[in-house]
Amino acid sequence: MEVSLSATDAVLTRDRRTARSPRGWLGRALAIVVALVFVVFFVLPLIWLLLAPTKTPLQLLTENPFMFGGFGTLVENWQSLSAFQNGIIWTWLGNAAFYSGAALVLTLVVSIPAGYALALTDFRLRRALLVTTLVVMLIPNTALVLPIFLELSAVRLIGNPLSVILPFSFFPFGVYLTYIYFSTSVSRDLLDAARIDGASEFRVFWRVAMPLATPVIALVGFFNFVGNWNNYFLPFVMVPGRKAPIQVGLAELLSNVPLFNPTSAGTVNIEVPTLALATIISVAPVLIIFLFSQRFLVTGMTAGGTKG
Amino acid sequence: MGKKKLIAISNMTAPAVGQLDGRRREPRTRRKNPNRAQARMGYTFSAGYGILLVLFGLLPTLYAIFLAFTHEGAFVGLDNFVRVFNDYRFWPAVQHVAVYLVIWLTFQTIFVVLLALIVHAFRARWMSMSTRFVYYIPGALAGASSVMLWLFLLDPSVSPVSGILRALGMDSFVETVSIENLPVIFTIIAFWTGAGGWIVIMYGALNNISQEVMEAARVDGAGAVKTAWYIQLPLLRKWISYMGIMTLAAGTQLFVEPRILSQASKGVVPGDYSLNQLAYLYAFRQNDFNGSAAISLILLVVALGLAAFFVFRGGLFERD
Repeated sequence: MEVSLSATDAVLTRDRRTARSPRGWLGRALAIVVALVFVVFFVLPLIWLLLAPTKTPLQLLTENPFMFGGFGTLVENWQSLSAFQNGIIWTWLGNAAFYSGAALVLTLVVSIPAGYALALTDFRLRRALLVTTLVVMLIPNTALVLPIFLELSAVRLIGNPLSVILPFSFFPFGVYLTYIYFSTSVSRDLLDAARIDGASEFRVFWRVAMPLATPVIALVGFFNFVGNWNNYFLPFVMVPGRKAPIQVGLAELLSNVPLFNPTSAGTVNIEVPTLALATIISVAPVLIIFLFSQRFLVTGMTAGGTKG
Repeated sequence: MGKKKLIAISNMTAPAVGQLDGRRREPRTRRKNPNRAQARMGYTFSAGYGILLVLFGLLPTLYAIFLAFTHEGAFVGLDNFVRVFNDYRFWPAVQHVAVYLVIWLTFQTIFVVLLALIVHAFRARWMSMSTRFVYYIPGALAGASSVMLWLFLLDPSVSPVSGILRALGMDSFVETVSIENLPVIFTIIAFWTGAGGWIVIMYGALNNISQEVMEAARVDGAGAVKTAWYIQLPLLRKWISYMGIMTLAAGTQLFVEPRILSQASKGVVPGDYSLNQLAYLYAFRQNDFNGSAAISLILLVVALGLAAFFVFRGGLFERD
């Protein structure tokens, strides 16, 4: 396999790599085995989860874990989940959609202009805002949950949807992402040209900058929505009970599962397959978004990574 | 640990704050007198975000500080902290979180880097693509959902891997979630949910290493292992340290995992396992907001300290 083309040619590099000693082959095989073990580790739980709601509790205990149960059983599990507390699961889902959706809109309305202003205009507080954003962005969001709870309880907002939506909309990472995007891929000259043509500041933003920012808007929206949808701690303390979103509701369902809570007899019981179904439903929107936008996401993240 | 993964994944777009400094320092000859209309627009556009930043970033922090040093409105110095430190539950919680952090950090660093290197070395494009995708997809399950899934997997009576659990001597759910197993269990859950995003990020960083450097190493006779050790790892250093800081900061906030396991095991996993849980108990069971604020403040200072260390010393935001 002797070739004499340009040495930097990627394909060539790869061809040469294959022409290796037995030791090289062994290493390669080992690497593939490691990668495959982790493929199994990552994917097996998901497959089990998707199959579990098609079984009865007994089948789940006795049959092959990776067998398909039956559609009839799936329907039964669906019905018993819907019947639980008169379909409170749909209330929880609706709450989650409302909180995440409202926060998504608010986040975009607030973050995109802020990132734009930070990247492309001069004002005195700009630097202070940027540094604060950077630091707050690196704080794990759970770190602020109890302080925010204490603050909102002082102004008696606990239990109000705003106590979830507003903290969800505070999304420094989104501002930072937008800031980076605008400062690396939109030139001031372009904006200046529009200004010279007599466009107002707002018009410049709306007609020139916004259309260029579609990818970053989608990315900010995605991260915000997914993060909020899966958030547990904040809504758990802010909006308990009927006002809870699905992630909190899921944990509430758990307390009615006899397998994990032998003393829960007497109340309406939830069986494991039903709980598995609830788990799937609780992540379904996010999972669907993941599946459909994974290309875009992976490219987005990789593009980010390669800039560093 | 809700949104940590999201932040983790996403931060990767953080190239260089140096960039903003650089731009600022350039003498702006073209626009000598700062355009007043522009400044006004700058304020208008960032006002909404600024308000949220004050309401949900600065104010809660200040309020927590106020509460932590007062009792019924009166300044009490360090009393709240002393009370918390003397709580028999506090130091065990610190220890639990610390042990978990060590295990998680080690495991995460080794395997994320290793898997990224392996996936990057795959020759077939579809193989590298699909492997990354499979690693990444569990990220859709976070928060309560991922813990719920792992509840099933950890219960030998329904688990698809009950054979493995039984071989390890765990015949019931209660045995599986015994307190000495918890750091490993939380590590597995966190890794399963969050590693994929980091692998994708490391892969991106590996892609960024120039072909010439890799080619030179190869010409010098370096094999895959040597290239990884002497070329790729040093160039990944920033990203690895970044991941380390994020992992540490997120790990200190452990809450949803022990909370749900505790609920599912009827108290075998204690309700005061982690610091955040303890802070929660202070606020909701004991109505002791001052004590709760003291614990929150400790956690916040740790997280902020790590963040600040990273921003100002970590080097990621400098340019090469």
